[in-house]
Formats: sequence, structure tokens, C-alpha cells
Amino acid sequence: MLESLTQAVIQGVLLGGYYAIIAAGLSLMVGVVRFINLAHGDIAVLGALLTITLVQVMGLPVLWAIVLMLPAMAVLGWVMHALLFERAMKGGFLLPILVTIGLGAALQNSMFGIWGSNTRSLGADIGSLSWSSWFLPGGIIIGKLPVIIFVTAVLVIGALHLMLKKTKLGRAIRATASDPEAAEMCGIDANKSHRAAAAIAVALAALAGVFLAMRGQITPYSGPAQLIFAFEAVVIGGLGSLWGTLIGGIILGLSQSLGGLISAQASLLSGHLVFVAVLMWRIYRDWSVGQGGLRAALKARFALPPTQTGERT
Amino acid sequence: MTTSFSVQNLSCKHGLLQAVRGISFDLIQGQVMCVIGANGAGKTTLMRALAGAHMPADGAILLNGKNVTRDRSFARFRSGISMSPEGRRLFPDMTVRENLMIAAENGRPGAWTVDAVLEAFPQLKPLVNKAAGGLSGGQRQSAAIGRALLANPDVLLLDEVSLGLSPAAIEGVYASLAEVKNNRDMIMIVVEQDLNRALGFADEIICIAEGRAELQGRPQDFTKDQITAAYFGLKEKEPAHA
Repeated sequence: MLESLTQAVIQGVLLGGYYAIIAAGLSLMVGVVRFINLAHGDIAVLGALLTITLVQVMGLPVLWAIVLMLPAMAVLGWVMHALLFERAMKGGFLLPILVTIGLGAALQNSMFGIWGSNTRSLGADIGSLSWSSWFLPGGIIIGKLPVIIFVTAVLVIGALHLMLKKTKLGRAIRATASDPEAAEMCGIDANKSHRAAAAIAVALAALAGVFLAMRGQITPYSGPAQLIFAFEAVVIGGLGSLWGTLIGGIILGLSQSLGGLISAQASLLSGHLVFVAVLMWRIYRDWSVGQGGLRAALKARFALPPTQTGERT
Repeated sequence: MTTSFSVQNLSCKHGLLQAVRGISFDLIQGQVMCVIGANGAGKTTLMRALAGAHMPADGAILLNGKNVTRDRSFARFRSGISMSPEGRRLFPDMTVRENLMIAAENGRPGAWTVDAVLEAFPQLKPLVNKAAGGLSGGQRQSAAIGRALLANPDVLLLDEVSLGLSPAAIEGVYASLAEVKNNRDMIMIVVEQDLNRALGFADEIICIAEGRAELQGRPQDFTKDQITAAYFGLKEKEPAHA
């Protein structure tokens, strides 16, 4: 029992690395651009399918395919933001949601048109990496690929953190996130900052898609499920916080992995339940501000009126 | 080359409301103009229009003869018009140094560097690594003015310099501004609610009521009563019968 529990915890933490990568781009878009891209999961799948094509059709090594695909996806993110998202953002709250739902549907159908509905994977192209593992004492098995994905997640989030803190572009992105008009008054082109953030977000989504295709199989319609996981990791970790996204991803991965100990069906469900629990806690916490804290607010809200038996007798 | 800044018949609207109506003035390097007027007179809209944060409905803004009327605020900052806006608008989660660096990175090269700003506003020196959100009103104002100076501007716009500050903080900010003014290397346009302070600091004043320039010229050319009447939009009525 202890052995399977330890195994589940390790698998859960490592799975969190994948969720952190796909959620980091979403977190950047929400935190910096204040834009919710509901096509984020479909963009991840597009990145994966492009990489699969570069590898399986054009014969490029996987690493080279990734190196070529990531800048191309970043350019796509820049262009999408300039041509589509920027204009949608001027149309109020609802338009960006409708536009990205439409974009997601268009991407899914386009990918179906180009690549068909067959499942595809990069598993066979990465050789033994897809299945080789380290065997630790006590029967613990750690897959090499999940470790690589987790380490990549930490490196990517660390690099993003450093970029935002230490570079001119990073400071411009943070200033624009804080107050776009004030940022423009400091010489920053807010539109360019937003486009840069969108480019990074799309490249991150594509990288996550590649890892997804290495871990398993994808179809043109795999995107929406990945979007839900990304959202859950972002919300659990705190909107707009990059390291929070890593923690959110780990909590989500742990929940699914530990839920999987109960039954296969409970795996995804437990992740969703943790997400709902965190969301409810945040809502109640915000609601209780100014009411003496959560406990006092709940007491005041649900307490029965005091009994007045003394007066009745 | 002497810097010139010309505003010609500038009008601004908020929807259907005309907030600024046909304002014109010309300033040259070294001049300080104070914009005065009651709340809602249109001062901040005028300043925002000069900084590029509010697109004018009509009129023209010329910096050194170049028409910058349609330039957005980031382009104006880079070409030499910078503003310390109403409410300071610092980036609260960033440190004072980061707030200053952002302006330095995007502004023009010149005498104003982050170190020069810290010399001019010594109250900021011990706070450089502190988040801007934790500063007092006077400290925030100093940081916002310092940030605007880092554009090495030809035209420095300062909106509501003393609003919400303690008397001691106002003295500190104006002492630093006096040094900037004495250099006479830029045009300053200052919105100031404190009439005495404005009249003492400015070479030129413009008094706005309901978006119009009610009074415009050198402070010494007007009596206190004229300025007060213009401030509150109390134009002397022409007699009905001559």
C-alpha cells in the first residue's frame, strides 16, 4: 500500500510538470493580457501535429523539429494577437470568449482536414525514452520522460520568471499587465507587449502539446480536455502567478494520481473536485473579507436565530 | 536649437461632452506654464491630450514644429513629451528602481538617468528596492515625476502636483521641481490646485473653466480678483444697457 502511495505521489508530482507547462501560457495571457484564450488547448495540439509532421514526414530529428516549430508557433501567436485578439478585446467581455471558441472550432476542423482523425504520437520517435525508467529501492519506478518534462517545466517557468524580472521586455510586459495606459505613458507600446506575451503563450502551449504527444496519443480534438487541465492548474495555483501555476499543476497531478488509486474513473474526477474545492474556497474567502474572516462570516450566514424560549414562557 | 511647443485650437470630447474647447498656447524652452481651474474644468483632459492618452477631437499639437497630434502616448514619450499623471499611476508591484528603469529604457538618452533622479529626489534613495505600492503620497509623487524626467523630455507635464500631499511633502516636491526649473532646459506644464503656489511657480498661467481658456498670460499681468473670477468661471456680465 505504502509502495503504491509513494509511486502515485511521484507520478502525480511529475504529471504536474506537464500541466504547469500548458498552464503557464494560459496564466501569462490571463495575468498579462487579461485575455482568456479558449483555443489554448487546440493550439497545443496544433504544435504537436506540426512537430509530428516535421519528424514523421520530413524526417527531422525530434529536437530539431521542436526547435523549428517553437519560433513558428510564437510568430503565429504574435500574428493571431495582432489580427484577432487585439480587435476582440475592444469588443467588451463577451467577444474574446466567442472569438476564441470560434478559433478553437476552426483549428479543430482544419487539423481534422489536414491530418485526419487518426490518433498520432511521437512515442515511437523518441526511442526508449518513451518507456525507459529508473528503478529505485522499494519497487519505486520513475519514468525518464516524466522527469524530463518536469525538469523542463521548472526550467521554463524559471526562465520566464527571470525574463519578466530582469529584461527590458519582461519589465515592459509586467508594466503593461499592471496598467496599460501608464505603461504607454512610460514609452511602452502596450500592443507590442501584449503580442509578445501572446507569442510566448502560444509557444508554451505548443511545447506542452509536444510533450503530450510524447506521453501518449493525440487527435485533432484533444485540445478542449487539455484546456480544462490548464485552467484547473491556473486557478488552483492562483491567476497570473507563474510559480503558482507549477504548484497548481502539481496539486492537479497529485489529485489525479491519488484518485487513480481508488479507481481509473476517479482519477480525472478527483482532479476536477480539487479544482472546484479550491474555487469555492477562494470565492468564500473573498466574500468573507470585511466580515471578520471566513469562520465568522459562515457563522453569521448560517446561524439559526437565537432561541427565545424564555420570552415565550 | 530652442524647443518649441505649440497647441492650436485643441478640443477634446468625452462622448458627447466637450471637455476642452479651443485651447491654444505657445511655449518655448525654459518656460513654465501652470494650468489652473476648478474641479471638472478640463485640466486633466487637456494634460492627457497633450500626453497622447486622450485623442483630441480637433486642433493640433506641434513639438519643435512637428505635428504629434495623432501620436499615441508611448510615441510622444519617446519623442520628448512625458507626463506625471493624476494619481501618479506607478506600477505598485514593481520596485521604485524598476519603475524608474522602465522610463529610462524607453526614453531618450540625456542628463536624466536613474542616478540623477535619485540625486534630485533624495527621499527616493532609501526606497529604491521597495515596492512602489508601499510608498507615501509624497514619495509616490517624487517617483512619478522622476519617471517622467527619465524621458529626458522637451516637455514635462505634471498633473495635480500637490493633490493629496502633506504640506511637508509639497515643499519637498516643489524644492526638487525648482531645481529642474532653474536648469531651463525643458518646457514644464503644471496643473496645480493651489493658486498661490501656481502663481509663484509659473512664468505663464492658463485658467480653464468649462473647457475654455478664461484667462491666459503672465501671472503679474492679472489681479487676484481677475484670476479668482476666471477660476470659478465668473465672467463679469456686460451691462444690459450701455
